[in-house]
Amino acid sequence: MSSEAGPKRRWHIAVFLAPAVLVYTALMILPLFGTLKLSLYQNVDQQQVFVGFGNFATLFGDPNWSEAFWRGLKNNFWFFFIHMAVQNPIGIALAAMLSVPALRFKAFYRTAIFIPTILSFVIVGFAWKLILSPLWGIAPGLLDAVGLKHLFKPWLGLEDYALTTIALISVWQYVGIPMMLIYAALLSIPDEVLEAGEIDGITGMKAFWKIKLPLILPSIGIISILTFVGNFNAFDLVYTIEGAMAAPNFSTEVMGTLMFRTFFGHQTQPGDPNMGSAIAMMMFLIILAGVTVYLFLIQTRMRRYQF
Amino acid sequence: MQRVKHNWLNLGLMHLALIAYTIIALFPVVVILINSFKTRKAIFREPLALPTSETFSLVGYETVLKQGDYFLYFQNSLIVTLGSLFFILLFGAMAAFALSEYRFRGNTLMGLYLALGIMIPIRLGTVAILEFMVATGLVNTLWALILVYTASGLPIAVFILSEFMRQVSADLKDAGRIDGLSEYRIFFRLVLPLVRPALATVAVFNMIPIWNDLWFPLVLANSEETKTLTLGSQVFIGQFVTDWNAVLSGLSMAILPVVILYVIFSKQLIRGITSGAVK
Repeated sequence: MSSEAGPKRRWHIAVFLAPAVLVYTALMILPLFGTLKLSLYQNVDQQQVFVGFGNFATLFGDPNWSEAFWRGLKNNFWFFFIHMAVQNPIGIALAAMLSVPALRFKAFYRTAIFIPTILSFVIVGFAWKLILSPLWGIAPGLLDAVGLKHLFKPWLGLEDYALTTIALISVWQYVGIPMMLIYAALLSIPDEVLEAGEIDGITGMKAFWKIKLPLILPSIGIISILTFVGNFNAFDLVYTIEGAMAAPNFSTEVMGTLMFRTFFGHQTQPGDPNMGSAIAMMMFLIILAGVTVYLFLIQTRMRRYQF
Repeated sequence: MQRVKHNWLNLGLMHLALIAYTIIALFPVVVILINSFKTRKAIFREPLALPTSETFSLVGYETVLKQGDYFLYFQNSLIVTLGSLFFILLFGAMAAFALSEYRFRGNTLMGLYLALGIMIPIRLGTVAILEFMVATGLVNTLWALILVYTASGLPIAVFILSEFMRQVSADLKDAGRIDGLSEYRIFFRLVLPLVRPALATVAVFNMIPIWNDLWFPLVLANSEETKTLTLGSQVFIGQFVTDWNAVLSGLSMAILPVVILYVIFSKQLIRGITSGAVK
């Protein structure tokens, strides 16, 4: 904070800011307004006609649309729930083990467990599709080895199981993220704090629950909101495994696949950018609502510790 | 004595749990890789066995190399990822410097405006982005992807980099000014080298999602010449669903370069994530 120069010398500020602001405005902010505008219009005889909230009325009023939308939203919540209930606890547990100072081969475990995270949805989707395929028989073979063959089902092809299976595949892929972030947070706890606890007889598991966990709560909050934004944006994994039609029988439909099909059309139905934009705006509002709740209700109440 | 024994038991259990999870994490990848080197019969008869001299076969790789232009796809992915990272770091660092170094009207507002994008998924503007690219003639060029990824990477880059730039000593910059360096030189010669670790963190954060993205290549650049590796393997594998050799080899060829790059850079990557990530 040193520049007190007159207006003549301050052109460089504009020069420094311009490229970022231009690219960001042109490709992020304006398109978002473009989507908003599209969602308020409808194509009538090749002409874009302003219809106000007409598209939203269709989305919620027309049973064909509202059914698809609520199904997608419900599935998004289920997707998010599985991630919160499975991915984040496993990630925290792995990080807690990795942060034990006496543990050896840390670098190996960390590197290996993070590998799925660097793979694309395409690879992950197809790889699991093959492994769970009844044709190939790896999954039934493995279950057979432990005497549980009767439990095998073609999970990805059954309406009751497909979405949960995809969510678990996504958990498998992304467990590395909470692991790394929590690991970093655990490393930043100063030794003195833990030593003070030790003097008071708080060690082992007790130290984790009583000292470390409260200290890493802010990181868990950040991970939760990252998970929320990521999950309500989900598309790629469902698209690679089940296609744009969210097979079987739309049971794996998330808002992302509904938006994609509506935008670009599928098979016999032509694309409808206006309705697609209406769905995109709803996704935006839901994500915004989640982020707002986090910022104003959760983050402000969370205690932060400064060392 | 009692305590030491207890620790050994605990450590043993932890190793057991970590090894178990490592197997879960690597199993699908290993299965795909080993089966890509086997004959069709062996793939089905003994999917978990390593290829032997009898079952070894490269027929899948031959199909892949004949059909899809994997080297072109790989090159496209590399250009898009490196190009986007270059602009994210350059533009992001410039904006972060302006925000952290100078006091001017609207500074806070500008910071908030740029930070807004951290929480907005850029996909929601897809239709308007597509229209923009069509209007500017950039559709089906790698530039379309580079611009989109630059825009979506900038908010977090500005946010992280300005945190770091605030810590650069003011004395150093003032000394530079007394020596007659221009503001641009102070930025490029003094500040940029000092925030190199932060630049690495930002690069690490952006690299994987850009490389792996399927949505924008599908929408903006799906011509044969501009396919990225992710899109290319998606299309290719979709066409060959019944040719297991080809599918497994196609998958392996998408996995191998990423995993090799990752193992080489994993130290920097993990250091990047664990240094600036949680602040």
